[in-house]
Amino acid sequence: MLFFSFYKTLIDEVVIVELKNDMSVRGTLKSVDQFLNIKLDDISVLDEIKYPHLSSVKNIFIRGSVVRYVHLPAAVVDTTLLEDASRKEAAAQAAKAGGR
Amino acid sequence: MSLPQALDASALPSIIFTTAAQLVDCVDKRLLVILRDGRKLIGILRSFDQYANLVLQDTVERIVVDSLYNDQPRGVYIIRGENVVLVGQIDPEKESSPSMTEVSLDEIYAAQQKESDERKRKEEVKTGKLIDLGFSIEPQVEDLY
Repeated sequence: MLFFSFYKTLIDEVVIVELKNDMSVRGTLKSVDQFLNIKLDDISVLDEIKYPHLSSVKNIFIRGSVVRYVHLPAAVVDTTLLEDASRKEAAAQAAKAGGR
Repeated sequence: MSLPQALDASALPSIIFTTAAQLVDCVDKRLLVILRDGRKLIGILRSFDQYANLVLQDTVERIVVDSLYNDQPRGVYIIRGENVVLVGQIDPEKESSPSMTEVSLDEIYAAQQKESDERKRKEEVKTGKLIDLGFSIEPQVEDLY
């Protein structure tokens, strides 16, 4: 659930989503859900020559399972906070596994 | 057409981070759905669920080769969510984009054939060169996902 929460802090930021079919889309992150499905607004495809059929589309819903990378603007990510949160989550997971 | 109460957009504001909240705005709109096998379907979204299983009405399959396209009427689709790559809302203002030309089915098939021949030829050249260099070549898998 950590990354779900993390993505929620990135709402309204401009991100580039790279899909597993090598297509990259830039857009404003509008929404995310538990499967890390992503909704982008005002999209532009990076290789427009190769994907001309997306020129008439303004906002898209991307299924989380087909995402390879999400490129984030460095300025909006508090890496220290994210590291701490990751450690906390890992510790919680370990405690849960140990308790079984 | 007015939405039934359960699908009312105000009942599920987009601030709630669920799949349903993301897709509910798309209901009754013309969408472009790209599938994992590369197919492009354009139709009106009538229903969906949390897996992004979709029901499309008045669907056409758009065959695209470079800037050429052809629409084939297909009817109603129930798409299993795992095959969905993305769902795009079509902007009616930009609907008839000047960058693309509609051609006949025969022309699009010819263009498709030409493209696949070209790709095959390139692949053969590449494979030949790599074998010459002593690489062993595994058959290419089509599904990237």
